[in-house]
Amino acid sequence: MRGLSWKGAILLGLLMVPAVVVADTDGMSADERAEKLAEQQKKQTQTRTEGLSGEAASIVERLATDDWQAINDVVEELEALAAPETLPVLQALSDRRLYFDEQGRVLIEDPATGEYSDAITGETVEVASENLSQPTLTNAIRRGIRPLIGQLQLFSDDVATRRAGAEELADRPRPEMLGRLKELRAEESNPEVLRLLNIAIARLQLDASDSEERLEAVEVIADVRSARMKSELESLLETDAQGDPVEPDAAVREAARDAIEAIEERQSTARFLSDLVYGLSMGSVLLLAALGLAIIFGLMRVINMAHGELLMIGAYTTFIVQNLFALMAPQWFSFYLLAAIPAAFVVTALVGILMERGVIRFLYARPLETLLATWGISLILMQTTRVIFGAQNVRMASPEWFSGSVQLMQGVSLSTSRVGVIAFAFFVVALVWFVMNRTRLGLEVRAVMQNREMAAALGVSANRVDMWTFGAGAGVAGLGGVALSQIVNVGPELGQNYIVDSFMVVVLGGVGNILGSVFSALGLGVFSKFLEPVAGAVLAKILLFVAIIVFIQWRPQGIFALKGRAGDDD
Amino acid sequence: MKTRGSIRKTGLACLALGGLLASGVAQSEDNPIKVGILHSLSGTMAISETSLRDVALMTIEDINEQGGLLGRELEPVVKDPASDWPRYAEQARELIERDEVDVIFGAWTSVSRESVLPVLEELNGLMFYPVQYEGEESSRHIFYTGAAPNQQTLPAVDYLMSERGGGAEQFYLVGTDYVFPRTTNRIVRAYLNANGIEDDAIREEYFPFEHSDFQSLVSDIKRFSQSGQTAVINTINGDSNVAFYQELANQGVDSVDVPVMATSVGEEELRGMDAGPLVGHLAAWNYFMSVDSPENEAFTERWAEYVEENDLSGGSDRVTNDPMEATHIGIRMWAQAVLEAGTSDPDAVRQAVPGQCVDAPSGYEICMDEENHHLHKPVLIGEIQPDGQFATVWETDGPIRAEPWSKYLEGSEDKKADWTYPWVCGDCEEPRYDLEL
Repeated sequence: MRGLSWKGAILLGLLMVPAVVVADTDGMSADERAEKLAEQQKKQTQTRTEGLSGEAASIVERLATDDWQAINDVVEELEALAAPETLPVLQALSDRRLYFDEQGRVLIEDPATGEYSDAITGETVEVASENLSQPTLTNAIRRGIRPLIGQLQLFSDDVATRRAGAEELADRPRPEMLGRLKELRAEESNPEVLRLLNIAIARLQLDASDSEERLEAVEVIADVRSARMKSELESLLETDAQGDPVEPDAAVREAARDAIEAIEERQSTARFLSDLVYGLSMGSVLLLAALGLAIIFGLMRVINMAHGELLMIGAYTTFIVQNLFALMAPQWFSFYLLAAIPAAFVVTALVGILMERGVIRFLYARPLETLLATWGISLILMQTTRVIFGAQNVRMASPEWFSGSVQLMQGVSLSTSRVGVIAFAFFVVALVWFVMNRTRLGLEVRAVMQNREMAAALGVSANRVDMWTFGAGAGVAGLGGVALSQIVNVGPELGQNYIVDSFMVVVLGGVGNILGSVFSALGLGVFSKFLEPVAGAVLAKILLFVAIIVFIQWRPQGIFALKGRAGDDD
Repeated sequence: MKTRGSIRKTGLACLALGGLLASGVAQSEDNPIKVGILHSLSGTMAISETSLRDVALMTIEDINEQGGLLGRELEPVVKDPASDWPRYAEQARELIERDEVDVIFGAWTSVSRESVLPVLEELNGLMFYPVQYEGEESSRHIFYTGAAPNQQTLPAVDYLMSERGGGAEQFYLVGTDYVFPRTTNRIVRAYLNANGIEDDAIREEYFPFEHSDFQSLVSDIKRFSQSGQTAVINTINGDSNVAFYQELANQGVDSVDVPVMATSVGEEELRGMDAGPLVGHLAAWNYFMSVDSPENEAFTERWAEYVEENDLSGGSDRVTNDPMEATHIGIRMWAQAVLEAGTSDPDAVRQAVPGQCVDAPSGYEICMDEENHHLHKPVLIGEIQPDGQFATVWETDGPIRAEPWSKYLEGSEDKKADWTYPWVCGDCEEPRYDLEL
């Protein structure tokens, strides 16, 4: 038996290696990373002007006000001026780093050093921060500043900066900029910047007076097929009060109609795909939450009401590992999740074994008492967690390589952590499958579950197998906890939200059948995500339960029926 | 011993006797005035309500340091209803019947308040409720020191529709599935309709408590926002907000394009989450910790000092927020009313509270309305900053009067919240503090 668990550990280690290699290897602490990020930002954004003069100076001076209308006017005038040297001022305004003092001097704060510099002269100024006020900034003003910054960035020599600017302009082009954008396009050499500029110009030329230009614009937009531009195309097809089309040229109308069709087609594909992907993502969460129960309840028939708390212990173990890393090995902080995987497995498996040896083994023949006992254990575990960690949620920091999102196609993106959870779910399923079907422990587990007396007669210690099975099931629940810690709030009540879902997955999949749980979890996820946009989240959940009740009436053994007497999985 | 039956003509004799007894008791100096504090210190609501208990104890300590009221000390009686709504009612009863408190400061969720209300009515109790809520209620026994919808949500909608706020033409209403978001959104919808925004430009979605998978919702918001300038009104309560804002950030929904206005996300809630994804989004309250006023400076400094003295969990990370300010205002108003009435008897205090004014941390002189048991409060709209604080982007010119019954809701427009004479003291035309009729 001992040899077998070593085999499992080695397998776990082997499977982890590729993940370690894939992850970023610069091994910096959170602080160092923040510093590096700030440095990068500093390179991109100038934090002070090189001195302003003439008209630019006289306009910027007027930013020393908290009247939002005045600031809006200033932004509009700066837009007309289009002077690249005002870029640092605009960026500071947009990031709330712009201040003014009692003498009406406009000051820019350097985020890295905390120093202030005069926006007009560009010189460092010594001021007490309590004497400073900030110009009013609202989202409406930002909406004007962003494209202006984008436009000014196009004057930069740095391709990345130009590209950032062009991206912004493709998103929010302003009609007043058309002429200047065309000039800039003529000088642009980078193909990506050029492409983005073309989109920006095309969006502005939809109402050009020349029908050739309009047609060209529609074609560029049709090529991009972005849903954002659909309403702009639709306005071309409108009819005026007399019923005449607003757009006089039939060719342009035709092109616009085609483009809208193309966009709608893509939109419906995106909608279908996103429902599917979100469904799989939700399904994988359900699966990870339920897999431990599929072993404990599915194979062993123990109604384990404390299953949710095993998930919670896994999540809290991740929290502890995270804090240990932050405390003792900050340079390896981004790898804490990888260390948390075996740690959570071991800790929850130990808790599981303790539960089994201490309470559950005396109750195997009495399912109702097991239900009560495990319910009690669940309350004890929850309260203990409250006493140790407090009733509030603990703060989890996802490693940097685990935050952000992955764009699958235009309009469909999935956060990296959820992609990670999907991958992890498959890893855990593979691990369980391997242990169950390719190791001696798995063979003995299956033997004991199928026919306890016969297995015992053949020399398998059924008692010990029970212990190991329960431990393994608990450990797998702990792995689920690691995954949950990355996408939901970690608090003492974490497990309570998943206990019903977990039982649902196992029962629907067919008790005793692990593969059934995989299908039922993914199926439930996809089903509810397709239902959610139609019925709303609350009703979707109710409908889901109704569907399950009906299904179980029709097919009490779950999706996958067991052949023979019991427990013959696969 | 003290009178708690409702005042009716039939009970006048008993009342006079009770009043005499009560004033007799008030004269004995060593007898403290008992004050009930009814906030959940465990369970889901602990995250929000614990600070209200703390700030209430702090304010009571301050009053005691200045010699108490009428020469008597204030003695706080703290209960923990453990986020269990029926238990609020049980413990309110215990506070009034067994502990004989003269006033209760407590409750957070509307359902907890509604659970206490029948007890207050039965035992003629007095409660101060410190949280913004959906309105559509008015009680003789409760003073509401939080905002009514017209002091929070409706100005927020106005702001979002204004040129300054971005000129939203479409609204996406997202909330947790319970009474506060549903009622608030009913009022918001009626208000939007009255302002020319039709139902097809309004989307409404609800989620269960503790929901954590907002992927479909956010991609729907994205789609919806493509047909016009959109704003989101977020009445999601509790820690679901973390997942919601995280998902907004993941899918690249920018506050510049689609601002999200929250009604239940304050400094205390932000303390428990990474504010990064929320930066630039908005919240509407009547007070922010970042308000620049001498009163607020004193308030926040005293709070920091209190946290340190009592070694409260969270330490220097602890913040102040709107419901804490409302609790603070409520206790000070009650104390002033006790001084004016010359007794802590609920019947007398109830008459003395309307019209009381307090220099509040929000920088305004906040007064209790003469009629409707609600405060006149300023409305502030703030933008969430990376440090979890708010930068005010808009505020009203001054405090505005509460409308507990919304004039935009059918069936409510004719209702009136009026607790002036003669209602408040049984046919009297002016306050009668000594209760000798």
